Amino acid sequence: MPADLFAQALNGLAYGVLLFLLSVGLTLIFGMLDVVNLAHGSFYMLGAYAGLSLIAATGNFWLALLAAPLAVGLIGALIERSCLRPLYRRPPLDQVLLTFGFIYLFEDLVKWIWGGRIRSIPPPDLFAGSVSLGGAIIPSYRLFVIVFGLVMAVLLYLLIERTRLGAVIRAGVFDAEMTAGMGINIHRVFTAVFAFGAALGGLSGVIAGPIQSAFPSMGVTILIPALIVVVVGGLGSLKGSLIGSLIIGQAETFGKAWLPEAAMLIIYVVMAGIVLIRPQGLFGRPLK
Amino acid sequence: MTGLRLAAFALVVVALALFPFGAGNYPVKLLQEILIMGIFAMSLDLLMGYTGMVSFGHSAFFGLGGYVAALALSKSPGLMSALVLPALAAGLAALVIGFFSIRVSGVYFIMLTLAFSQMFFAYTFQVSWLGAEDGLVGIPRPRVPGWDLGSLRGFHAYLLALVTLTALGLWRLVRSPFGHVLRGIHDNEARMEALGYPVDRYKLLAFVIAGVIAGVAGSLYTQFNGSITPDAFYWKTSGEALLMVIIGGTGTLGGAMLGAAAFILLQSLVSTYTERWMLILGATFILFVLFAPGGIVGALRGRIGLRA
Repeated sequence: MPADLFAQALNGLAYGVLLFLLSVGLTLIFGMLDVVNLAHGSFYMLGAYAGLSLIAATGNFWLALLAAPLAVGLIGALIERSCLRPLYRRPPLDQVLLTFGFIYLFEDLVKWIWGGRIRSIPPPDLFAGSVSLGGAIIPSYRLFVIVFGLVMAVLLYLLIERTRLGAVIRAGVFDAEMTAGMGINIHRVFTAVFAFGAALGGLSGVIAGPIQSAFPSMGVTILIPALIVVVVGGLGSLKGSLIGSLIIGQAETFGKAWLPEAAMLIIYVVMAGIVLIRPQGLFGRPLK
Repeated sequence: MTGLRLAAFALVVVALALFPFGAGNYPVKLLQEILIMGIFAMSLDLLMGYTGMVSFGHSAFFGLGGYVAALALSKSPGLMSALVLPALAAGLAALVIGFFSIRVSGVYFIMLTLAFSQMFFAYTFQVSWLGAEDGLVGIPRPRVPGWDLGSLRGFHAYLLALVTLTALGLWRLVRSPFGHVLRGIHDNEARMEALGYPVDRYKLLAFVIAGVIAGVAGSLYTQFNGSITPDAFYWKTSGEALLMVIIGGTGTLGGAMLGAAAFILLQSLVSTYTERWMLILGATFILFVLFAPGGIVGALRGRIGLRA
């Protein structure tokens, strides 16, 4: 039983780390641009499919892990420049509605290009097997996902807290207008942050591929838990995104194992409880 | 002006009532679908256009109404099962979801409502007693003495009566003192709060009323199709209602109905030519948000100088 428990906890951790990679992009984009990007799940889906094609073409998972997020980031930059920028002067709702439109567009585009059925994505050869850990058999790819996600969390922390670019981003999150007044080209930063957030979404799609396969509705399926993570952790907070992801990852995994018939309700119960006690989320700034 | 409007409204109702006598089966069914989705869109517009609460989870109440009607009609096919129970269930769900959701506003509200609606989807998709992904099928229409709801024309009259009642009720509501408070909240929530209005209670009541009407729309949808599937709860159902309101023009009940008509006609037209309906839907959504935020009604007002 303890071995089983341990395996579940690791599964939950892998899922949580995946949610973190996804929700951190969502949180960054919101913090900077004040836009809840509902198309974020679509970036995840595009990342998985781009990864699928790149792996099929080159046979190299690592190349796909590098190139697919870049492609998705480019798409993000194009969307920000062409569609979001004209809307910044409008009520924030218009931007949310716009990203909602892109969900339809991308889901159908993916069906058109790759077809509607589930496509499995092979893990890299290096992590194709499984290892015995604490009496449990764990697919080694999951361990890789956990380590990769935690390393990314540290890198993101360093990027945002310890570099000049990070300082500009933090300043922009705090007060975009003032930052522009200090001589920073805030429009370019907006585009860069949106592209970077989109690339992170794409990256999590590639990472998720070998675990969850690729299918057209994967974007929306993951969007809901990602939104819940953001609600739980607090919108705009890196720390909230990490802690929220780990909580939701464990809640969902253990729920599935212990209470299968109520599993999908558990994360909503967690969310409702937190909204009741702290409407702004665990680490969010207080709501006005 | 009010007299003129009432006359125009009566004229439209009469035209819609006569429609089945001059048109074939398919156009009448299309019109019935428009009327049902029109009710749904109007209920969302009460939240979105009048109160300023943009719900991305309105499908929760549509689906709930649909499922409750399906379960109740299978047991006893009467108007109680067709209208009262679905409305009550949806209203109760709206009370609970609203209680949590109105604690936050703006983007948080959007995310919470979306998440709650997907909870229903996930549940109905999985449990066998609700037919899992196949949903519930073979649902009888309600039996009313002296009124054959099984026939195309009989159902049409029933539907039109309900749409007319809903439209008139909502029309009265948004022009009542209550409706003015909702509009005040839409324009400036902090000011209404400062004026001493219990804003949260108004918002919750608006949320419940919208939920009840959406529940009735969902029930009618079940009666129309004789079946209901988890798709009724899916985010796309909420998204389509949002799109209808936006195409038509937010904050105008007629616009919501017009948007439903535009949406369903466009859908049936486009899907006969191409499978890529969702692509076109997404593009329409994006183009309307970018270039016509006022919707059809907004564009018409701009063109002919008509005012609210």
